[in-house]
Amino acid sequence: MTPESIALNRFGLGYRRGDALPQDPRGWLKRQIAEYVPSPKALAGRSVNGEEVARVIADTAEFRAMRNAAREDADNPEAAAMMSKERQQDVRRDLVADIALRGRLALESDTPFIERMVHFWSNHFAVSTDKAQIPSLVGPYEFGAIRPHVTGYFGDLLRAASLHPAMLAYLDQWQSQGPNSRAAKMRERRGRPERGLNENLGREILELNTLGVDGGYTQEDVKELARALTGWTMQGLPAAARAMPQSGGAAFFDYIHEPGMRTVMGRSYRDTGAGQALDILDDLAVHPSTARFVATKLARHFAGDTPPESLVERLAKAFTDSGGHLPKVYEALIDAPETWVEQPVKFRQPWEWAVGLLRAGGEMKLADRQFAIMLRELGQQAWRPGSPAGWDDREASWAGANALYRRVEAAERVADLLRLEDVRELAEAMFPGSLSDTTRQSVRWAESNEMGFALLLVSPEMMRR
Amino acid sequence: MIDRRTMLAGSAALAAASLGPHMAFARTAGEKRLLVLVMRGATDGLALAAPLADPAFRAARAKWLDTYADAPKLDGTFALHPALAETGRLYSAGDALLVHAVATSYRERSHFDAQNLLETGGTRPFERRDGFLNRFVGLLKGSESPAIALASALPLALRGSNPASTYAPTTLPKASEALLDRLPDLYAGDPQLAGLWQQARQTEAIADASDMDSLGRARDAGTLAARMLADPQGARIVMMDLAGWDSHANQLGMLQRRFTQFDELMKAFRTGINPVWDDTLVLVVTEFGRTVAINGTNGTDHGTGSAALLLGGAVRGGRVMADWPGLAATQQYEGRDLKPTMSLEALTSGALASHFGLDAEKVMRSLYPGRTDRPIDGLIA
Repeated sequence: MTPESIALNRFGLGYRRGDALPQDPRGWLKRQIAEYVPSPKALAGRSVNGEEVARVIADTAEFRAMRNAAREDADNPEAAAMMSKERQQDVRRDLVADIALRGRLALESDTPFIERMVHFWSNHFAVSTDKAQIPSLVGPYEFGAIRPHVTGYFGDLLRAASLHPAMLAYLDQWQSQGPNSRAAKMRERRGRPERGLNENLGREILELNTLGVDGGYTQEDVKELARALTGWTMQGLPAAARAMPQSGGAAFFDYIHEPGMRTVMGRSYRDTGAGQALDILDDLAVHPSTARFVATKLARHFAGDTPPESLVERLAKAFTDSGGHLPKVYEALIDAPETWVEQPVKFRQPWEWAVGLLRAGGEMKLADRQFAIMLRELGQQAWRPGSPAGWDDREASWAGANALYRRVEAAERVADLLRLEDVRELAEAMFPGSLSDTTRQSVRWAESNEMGFALLLVSPEMMRR
Repeated sequence: MIDRRTMLAGSAALAAASLGPHMAFARTAGEKRLLVLVMRGATDGLALAAPLADPAFRAARAKWLDTYADAPKLDGTFALHPALAETGRLYSAGDALLVHAVATSYRERSHFDAQNLLETGGTRPFERRDGFLNRFVGLLKGSESPAIALASALPLALRGSNPASTYAPTTLPKASEALLDRLPDLYAGDPQLAGLWQQARQTEAIADASDMDSLGRARDAGTLAARMLADPQGARIVMMDLAGWDSHANQLGMLQRRFTQFDELMKAFRTGINPVWDDTLVLVVTEFGRTVAINGTNGTDHGTGSAALLLGGAVRGGRVMADWPGLAATQQYEGRDLKPTMSLEALTSGALASHFGLDAEKVMRSLYPGRTDRPIDGLIA
């Protein structure tokens, strides 16, 4: 791969039909950090702020209350089921629209390297739509909490993501209750069963979002962080009506917060209510283990499944020296020789491949529903990794036979929709100076432009970056 | 681009790339087959096999008892749900074993956490990142048994460091022969893609799924699973999800439909797998059971103990295996659920070990680390 092709494909999301080729690959990538727009035009019609999130949560709570009331109605046994079905269809339709919006943002982005980072961080702080509530929260989560912070400090991104209602719902944080909180004491007096501490979010923050599994924390650190996190819940829940609103639609409810000092990774934190967890997050965000963990994941994303140690160290140093300022880490990535090796280092994940296909064609053409279905058929439905660990970023998870076959089918379908006439020139632009003779000849000898474009979309050059 | 480590740890397809046309799945694959069916949403074991001789059951489920008026009796205590006709036939033939009052070590009532534990084999939700079935694939190394999930994305149970792939019929239009014919040339200089492509073509041929566009139809799903496992070049482990068992409301009709679908799937599977039925084990599990009592919406809520099924030509079937705890109020778990008296982990590891001829304790340790239950013996002839 030439530097131009690496900038377009390894760092970016693939060449967009009609664009000029980057003249100065490193400069082109660095300029994107400043030029990135968190809320571009395509997002204008989608409300994603805390108020909207609170509205979604209140709306869901209201729906559940109405449906439960309907279930009690013996005269009309089907009513509740009908309500649920209609509700599911509405939620599904909105989710499909958000998935297509995500695709459109990637297609239209003039800063595709940073757009890739949006997808990267969204996966680093993964939620998954196979859990109730997440389908209607994940759009506002990525658009409203991840996007604004990908060119800021990691600490701010960590706060925004791990305390967003989508994450609080996904990992059941809102159900967690301090064993010595006022709420627990009230339950005890009334003889109601204990609700207790839920460690999910505490554990995932340490293992998946900050220090990493080998980052040096213990089960006691998990518990202490979980205790500090008690009280964090979301606006719009009837049970949290008296909670203090926080940013992004979150809320803090002192009534269920575990009182007292906490100790995490050897540091003590006074009980300042909501601030206690924030103080811990701020320290975790700049911990050397976090620097190394984040550096390793970034290095794997740009230099291959087993990234060179020299790159990990370079990125960890940039992270630590800047206090987790992500632009400095991106610059280190761009400057590093390890990310510019000529051989492709990554097998494109289905999402990357689908976005690459949209950009190569230069327009969406697919209806929202078709795009969402295509992603599912390709094996990577957006926002549905099925686990808080997110999608795996290693080749063995993606270079599969069935996955390849589905790409061939999707490629032909899209090629037939687009009916491009400039496929040969497009092939050269997509992989400048890097197109193999085999692919060039396959495209040239294809019996039609559509066939040529389909072959280009499933060529070895397009499968890897 | 492909370093040595990837080569060694990588997909079976990579290794297959150099092996010639009919070797996409290694020829040394063993003869034993395994189909794992996961009923997601918590199946009511008391509806699957109703303990009609238990007076507490008759009292708690009085208004649903009519369902079992003509249901096949499994023994003096239990009757099978009447929609499970094929399952009943397999039971009569000695090829189905019904296990009751069984549960994983999980004792809360969240689907999300329970399915995570069912699939990872861990003891705390989200503690482990790899699946029990993936670790089992690792134990079969040397015999190289390829594992396939019939799904568009790999389920957690099959994720991990050992090779596993997915296959799903698609709603995408079929690619034209003209395009398919050109791909070997396009991949001629690329061993990895050439190998994957060859495997893809072969899997498509085995699946022969041109008449299917999804796994939604039970009969198609059963047929597909059988094709994958029966073919000498096919898979040896297949996993599939059966969704929609969360019967909070109007359970009678809902379970009638679900059990009918399951039974159709089994019937189609049994037909297709016939030549190797004696080498086949089907394991049917769910994440937990449901409350004994009927709730206010003619359904049941999240519970604990449920039932499981083992089917196959070598299964020591035709019997119900249960240490029945009884369903009187004092006998219920937390005063509401069927109390589990058998460990699902012990059942699974005992069945898999015995079917594949492995050491049961070793299987238990690998699939379910940290458990002290003894693997259950005597499940497979």
